[in-house]
Amino acid sequence: MFTEVTPAYVRLIHPIHAMFLAFPLALFVAALLSDIAYFNTFHVQWSNFSSWLIAGGLVGNGFALLWALVDLIRFRRSGIALPLAYVAALLASFVLGFINALVHAKDAWAVMPTGLYLSIAVALLGLVGAWIGYSGYRSVEER
Amino acid sequence: MRRTFMLAACAVVLAGCSDVGEPPQYGSDPNLPEPRRGLLPDMRIALPAQWGDELPTVPAGFTIHPIATDLAVPRQILVLPNGDILVAEGSGGGAPSLRPKDVIANHIKALGKTDKKGGNRLTLLRDAEGDGTYEMRGIFADGLNAPYGLALVNGVLYVANQDALVRFDYQDGQTEASGPPVKVTDLPSAINHHWTKALTASADGRFLYVGIGSNSNITERGLDAELDRAMVWQVDAQSGAHKPYATGLRNPTALAIQPDTGQLWAVVNERDEIGPDLVPDYLTSVREGGFYGWPYSYWGQTVDVRAQPQKPDLVATALTPDYSLGSHVAALGLAFSSPVMGPQWADGVFVGEHGSWNRTPPSGYKVVFVRVQGGKPAGEPIDFATGFLTEDGNARGRPVGVAVDPRGALIVADDLANTIWRITRDGSVAPAG
Repeated sequence: MFTEVTPAYVRLIHPIHAMFLAFPLALFVAALLSDIAYFNTFHVQWSNFSSWLIAGGLVGNGFALLWALVDLIRFRRSGIALPLAYVAALLASFVLGFINALVHAKDAWAVMPTGLYLSIAVALLGLVGAWIGYSGYRSVEER
Repeated sequence: MRRTFMLAACAVVLAGCSDVGEPPQYGSDPNLPEPRRGLLPDMRIALPAQWGDELPTVPAGFTIHPIATDLAVPRQILVLPNGDILVAEGSGGGAPSLRPKDVIANHIKALGKTDKKGGNRLTLLRDAEGDGTYEMRGIFADGLNAPYGLALVNGVLYVANQDALVRFDYQDGQTEASGPPVKVTDLPSAINHHWTKALTASADGRFLYVGIGSNSNITERGLDAELDRAMVWQVDAQSGAHKPYATGLRNPTALAIQPDTGQLWAVVNERDEIGPDLVPDYLTSVREGGFYGWPYSYWGQTVDVRAQPQKPDLVATALTPDYSLGSHVAALGLAFSSPVMGPQWADGVFVGEHGSWNRTPPSGYKVVFVRVQGGKPAGEPIDFATGFLTEDGNARGRPVGVAVDPRGALIVADDLANTIWRITRDGSVAPAG
């Protein structure tokens, strides 16, 4: 009889990486909600909230993206598909998020409706990136 | 260097999206293209440059020279009955940044301004010999709060600070205020996105007119911030009571009373970020009770969809201004001319144009003359003082207030060179009355 030794806890991604990844997840979704509030109320403060939420999401997204790229280079012996998908999702949310930030820099209702559509796309991409990231995107045996 | 880098970055990004402006849009029926804006707003800052030995260019028959330099951000000027010149020096505003965009845009815009701190004072210049040299210079009043508009009527000097209209008693020949200012009325000053308070007085001195700019480009600080903004107040000089005289004027930066008719005129700076040729800044006679569109519409009833929710009933009442000065020229000075300027320049107004920060190629950066015929501005604006912009697009000066000296000269305040210019009609330097 063999006893398979497995660790009690598997660390899927580094905690700091996980913290960065939390920003686009939470803030891009929050920006979408705040955009919806602006769309419904015309209260411009919601649009201001969105601007800052998007900016904050971009910071976390940027660092998570860098981390993912470094991981992609360091652990590339097998199973390239998932790490690539992860980088792609983070890159897409970063680029679209940046465009969204520029759109949100327009004045008053000039943000709408493009800003709302972009916020929907960016929030979805943020969810996809977080899903892959928190699922563990590189195989454990390589460690 | 960070400065150079930021501007270079702007230039690179903008090069693709900013085309050369359409034909200049002057007059009563300017061409209004479709609104458009790329991902980045058009920003084209003219960096400060030095005059060196050069001077602004003025028409034949006139000579320009600086009569005061090294001032602390001179804005508006007033020629007193004895020929003395009062200069309001100050820099107001300081509206908080609400978005990441504000932080970046404010930094870029500041590159095109003077490093000097506003003086918060009135400086008096005197040419005792009447030879065009203002050898005496003193501080008439100090400790003001970003003074801008000036008016003298019935022996009272009125000063529009950025937060209050105040007055000083004035007697001919006085070089210093005899006491602290007395408040006539508070002026709207919350946020003060557009802080300048333009001022003029009715000929009989009964009413003062105060121009109050909007608190945003196009309501991006919310409609609550626009209470008592973007309008001209009529203030009772005795009681300080006020009423809105005309509304929907986005930023009425200079006011003047037409000498013969007593009609109030204004130059108004219109909204940004919908293209290099929108929206024309304008010169107009101001109709009492009139609504001029801001924020819901521009140039009469052309709807601006950025202002939501819209008010179609109000837009239907919007008046069309008299005369387009061109988009983004940033008219900040207005003065009616008089026969002392010579027959060619007698009937019309001088307009000081501070110059654009968001247009390629830049516009403004000069003083123009607009003829007035039959109570209406007519023809194209005629350059009166140019050369403020260098050939490589840097700015040596930025005109603000203009005033006609009854001895036959135009006085121009320049808040970048921190200079007062005197443009004298040749052969007209007569001894001061």
